[in-house]
Amino acid sequence: MSAALMTLTGVSRSFGGLKAVQDVSLAVPQGSLTALIGPNGAGKTTLFALMSGFLIPDSGRIEFDGQDITGRAPDLNARQGLARTFQIVQPFAAQTVRENIAVGAHLHEPRRVAALAAAEAVAQRVGLAAQLDKPAADLTVAGRKRLELARALATQPKLLLLDEVLAGLNPQEIGDMIPVVRGIAQSGVTVLMIEHVMQAVMNLAEHVWVLAQGQLIAQGSPAEVTSDAAVIEAYLGHGTAAKLRRQAAAAAAAGDVA
Amino acid sequence: MTDGTRTRMPALHKELLRIAIFAVGVALLLNVLDSGVALNFVMMALYAALLAQAWNILGGYGGQFSFGHALFFGTGAYVQAIAQIDGGLNPWLAMPLGVLASAGVGVFVGALSFRYGLKGSYFALVTLAFAEVFRIVALSVPFTGAGVGLMVPLREGFGNMQFGSRRGFALMVLGLVVLALLVTCWLRHSRFGAYLQAVRDNEDAARAAGVNPFRIKLGAIALSGGFMGAGGAFYVQAFQYIDPGIAYGAHTSVEALVGAIVGGMGTLWGPLIGALALHVLADLTRNLFGQLPGINMVIYGVVLVLMILFAPRGLGGLGRSVRELWKGRTK
Repeated sequence: MSAALMTLTGVSRSFGGLKAVQDVSLAVPQGSLTALIGPNGAGKTTLFALMSGFLIPDSGRIEFDGQDITGRAPDLNARQGLARTFQIVQPFAAQTVRENIAVGAHLHEPRRVAALAAAEAVAQRVGLAAQLDKPAADLTVAGRKRLELARALATQPKLLLLDEVLAGLNPQEIGDMIPVVRGIAQSGVTVLMIEHVMQAVMNLAEHVWVLAQGQLIAQGSPAEVTSDAAVIEAYLGHGTAAKLRRQAAAAAAAGDVA
Repeated sequence: MTDGTRTRMPALHKELLRIAIFAVGVALLLNVLDSGVALNFVMMALYAALLAQAWNILGGYGGQFSFGHALFFGTGAYVQAIAQIDGGLNPWLAMPLGVLASAGVGVFVGALSFRYGLKGSYFALVTLAFAEVFRIVALSVPFTGAGVGLMVPLREGFGNMQFGSRRGFALMVLGLVVLALLVTCWLRHSRFGAYLQAVRDNEDAARAAGVNPFRIKLGAIALSGGFMGAGGAFYVQAFQYIDPGIAYGAHTSVEALVGAIVGGMGTLWGPLIGALALHVLADLTRNLFGQLPGINMVIYGVVLVLMILFAPRGLGGLGRSVRELWKGRTK
C-alpha cells in the first residue's frame, strides 16, 4: 500500500454514557477507494464527523496530508483538501443547482463567473448537467445525492468522505451512480465511503473497515470481511456465525446420507 | 441546457442598468418636483428604503433576523452629532466616522452572539436587548445630552451638509440608497454573497464547503450596521436633532425589518418596494385617522402579520408568483 493520506490513531468519542467511537485506528492510503461499513448505529457517521472536524474527539489523533488536524474546524480542513458529503442531504434549498455547486467551487476560485463555470463542469461529471438551473429543492433524492457529491467535488478535494451517497436510491440509480464514484477515484481523488449497499462495496472498494458498536472489528478486502465470523455476528446477532456453520455442516451431512 | 457564463453576466449587467435607470429617474423627478410636501414624501420614502436595505443585507441575505437595528442607526446618529458639536468636525468627515462606528458596534454584537451560535429568535432578542441597553445608557450619560437630546447648530450650506431645501437631502439619501443597491447587487454576484446565502440556507453544508460562517456573518453585520449608521447620520443632518428615543427606540428597528419583509427578503428591489408601500400606507392612514400617535405602528403590525401569513416572499415574491401564473396561462 502507498503512503497514508489520513491516519487515525486511537480516536474515541462519547456522548454521555454512549461510547460512539472507541479507540479507532486506521490509515487511508493515498489514491485508494475504500469503504467503512457496519450495522446501524455503529458510529460510522460519528467517525466521519470526527475526521472532517464537525466533532472533536475526546482522545486520539487525526492526521491528514502530513498534518495533525485533530479538532480543527471543518472549513479549514476543507481548505486543505478534505471534503465530505452528508448522509441526510443538506442542499442550499433556495438556490439553483449551479449556485449550490458554485459554493464549493468558490473555495479555490474567488471570481463568480469562473466559479459558476467550474460548477457546470462538475455537474457534468456527476450527471447533473440537465438540472443546473433547477432550484435544489426541486431535485429528487437521487438528484440531491448527486448534488452533495458535486458540491464536495467542486472544492477540489484530496480526500472525499462519502456518507451513504447510495442510500435511498433504486437499483437503477445505484447502477448509474457506481461508475460516477469510480470515475472520481480514478481521477486521483482518494475516496472513503460509508455504504450499506453491499453491491457497491463489493464492486468498488479495495479495502473495507467494519465498525460495530464504535469499535473496528475487522478489515480487509470485501471478500475477506464478508466471510469474517465477527462481521457476520455484528450484523446478524451473537452466535449466528456458529449457527450458520452448523447448518451448513448439517446440510452437507444430510446430503451425504441421501 | 444553458451556458452559465452567458446567462449570468447579463443578469448582473441588467441589474446594474436598472439601478442606473432608477438613480437617474428619481434624480430627475426630484428636480422636477416643486412642492415641499412631495419632496418630503420622496425623501422620507427613500430614507425608509435605506433602513430596509440595510436590514436586508443581514436579515435577507444572511438570514440573521435582527430586532434591534436601531442600535446601529442610533450609533451613527450620535457619532454624527457629537463629532460636530464636541469635535468640531465637518459633517462630511463625521459621516464616515459614524458609519465606521456603527459597523464596529455591529462587529462587537455579532462577535458576541455568533461566537456562541445564537440564531433565530435568540439573535433577535440579543439585538433587541442591546438596542435597549444603548438607549438607557444614552439617557443617562452626559455626552449624548441625556433625555434632552442633541441639537446640531443650523449652518446652512453644502459644505456643512445642510441643504437649503428638502431636495438636497432627498438627493443625498438617494445617493445612499443607490450605494446600498450597488452593494446588494455585489452580494448577488460575488463570492462573499454566495457564502452569505450558503450560511443562511445551511450552515453545516457551508462549513463542509470551506466557509467560515463566523467570519461571513461578521462581515454581513458590519455592512448592514454601516448602512444603518449612514441612515442615522442622514437623520441628524436632515432634522438637526437626536435623542435616545429616536436613536435607539424600537420604531426604527421595526421600520427597517418590516420594510424588508413586506418588500421581499433577500431580493434587490424588495426593501425599496416594501418601504415605499408602507410609506404610502402610513401617509394614507395619517390622513384618515389624523395624527393618532402610533397608528402607523399598528398598521405595520397588521401588514406584517398578513404578509407573513399570505405572502412570505414579500411584494416582490407576490409579483413573481403572479408573473409565473400569467406565463402558465398564456402557454
